[in-house]
Amino acid sequence: MNAHTPPPVSAGTAPVVALRNVHKSFGPLKVLDGVSFEVARGEVTVLIGRSGSGKSTALRCIDRFETIDSGEIEVCGLRVDNPQLDLRALRLDVGIVFQSYNLFPHLTIEENITLAPHSVKKVPKREAKTLAARVLEQVGLGDKLHAYPEQLSGGQQQRAAIARSLAMQPKVMLFDEVTSALDPELTGEVLKVIEALAADGMTMVMVTHEMGFARGIADQVVFMHRGKVHEAGPADILSSPATPELAQFVGTGL
Amino acid sequence: MGLELDFSVVLDRWQSLLDGAALTLELAFIAVICGALIGALGAIGRRGGNVLIARLCGAYVEGIRNTPLLVQIFLVYFGLSSLGLKFSAFTVAAVALTINVGAYTTEIMRAGFDSIHKGQIEAAEGLGLSKAQVYWHVVLWPAIERVYPALTSQFVLLMLASSVTSQISAEELTAVANYIQSETYRSFETYIVVALIYVVLSFIMRLGFWLLGLALFPRRRRLGTPL
Repeated sequence: MNAHTPPPVSAGTAPVVALRNVHKSFGPLKVLDGVSFEVARGEVTVLIGRSGSGKSTALRCIDRFETIDSGEIEVCGLRVDNPQLDLRALRLDVGIVFQSYNLFPHLTIEENITLAPHSVKKVPKREAKTLAARVLEQVGLGDKLHAYPEQLSGGQQQRAAIARSLAMQPKVMLFDEVTSALDPELTGEVLKVIEALAADGMTMVMVTHEMGFARGIADQVVFMHRGKVHEAGPADILSSPATPELAQFVGTGL
Repeated sequence: MGLELDFSVVLDRWQSLLDGAALTLELAFIAVICGALIGALGAIGRRGGNVLIARLCGAYVEGIRNTPLLVQIFLVYFGLSSLGLKFSAFTVAAVALTINVGAYTTEIMRAGFDSIHKGQIEAAEGLGLSKAQVYWHVVLWPAIERVYPALTSQFVLLMLASSVTSQISAEELTAVANYIQSETYRSFETYIVVALIYVVLSFIMRLGFWLLGLALFPRRRRLGTPL
């Protein structure tokens, strides 16, 4: 645990992630219609909204898994909307965890974790293994180094995927509905890991349908509706929504 | 008239048979190595973004899959000689077999590549791996592991099909058999012996690929489950 308190949003430091008037269409379908929000260092931003509201797309745009049509995205000082962006530099700063874990099935958990530090950052094999043991310990899977993904439960696989991302020491982590494929018990163990990361001061952007969790962890809630940021603010907006759409969404979400 | 079999004159020529068998394995070995390489590259080309390369790879595959091996061998044989290039029958046979197995391997590898889920590639890209690193670590090896049984069958089939190269007098096993039966007039016995030798060669190849598989796929060795 490092004893660092997130700086207040008003501290004047540049945001770690900033979306400014982002537009994005898939063919005739407008998915993002002028989306703007910022994420300060050490802050947890939770994106909520109905399926198809654009929240996952917004998250994927941050890591350039989708390119945007217009607007600006800035991540750790890099302009993500720049076509000449150094993708490797972006992805060294950003870690992403997916709904379907996406562990590499032919590699052990240790190999899953050491692959990127070793081949991207050129960390020597032995050091990478030490690192793998450490991050696995951090997510409570210290005894699974030599297991293969298929030998783990869904919750364990997702925690291993988080550990794999952590091993690259990203400045910001993106979570794309990481508990949607898990039952409540397994969801709980994954959320605990994410909570510990938040307590450690990790900057995070997450898409989730776990409203109780969002309320507990979010510094900022961004409610998306029809490709726009419909309402945004501190976690309190979940208890006292200003718009009928959020009220209805939270009502059905609980 | 009962069936009278006399294997002695055939078996007396065991040295020639052994030489033929060795040459058959050698042909198969060369064609499998080169064909596997061509197949991997062909599959990458066929799936890649460059339309011209994808079409060329597609034309290659269709051209080979829709013509008989013997005709392909003659095309290489007479094609090279009409260009004024002189190669040994063995070289021509190796080239023709490589071209043939390369096309089938392209299709098998393509199926393997297609079986890799998009999420796997995104996860690797998200970790900062370059395109080449993603292909090598996350696409190529799991793809090979998935289609390994199909590859093994195709390669054994190629070894058996190499008997056709006896038509251009490559001195492989079937060519040796033709020679022995014309000398001894013991045709039936000769081909019984040769058939058994092919069975042994197939077995050796399958054993080899099984051992190679154990070395290449540690997950399969440990868990025994398909990927």
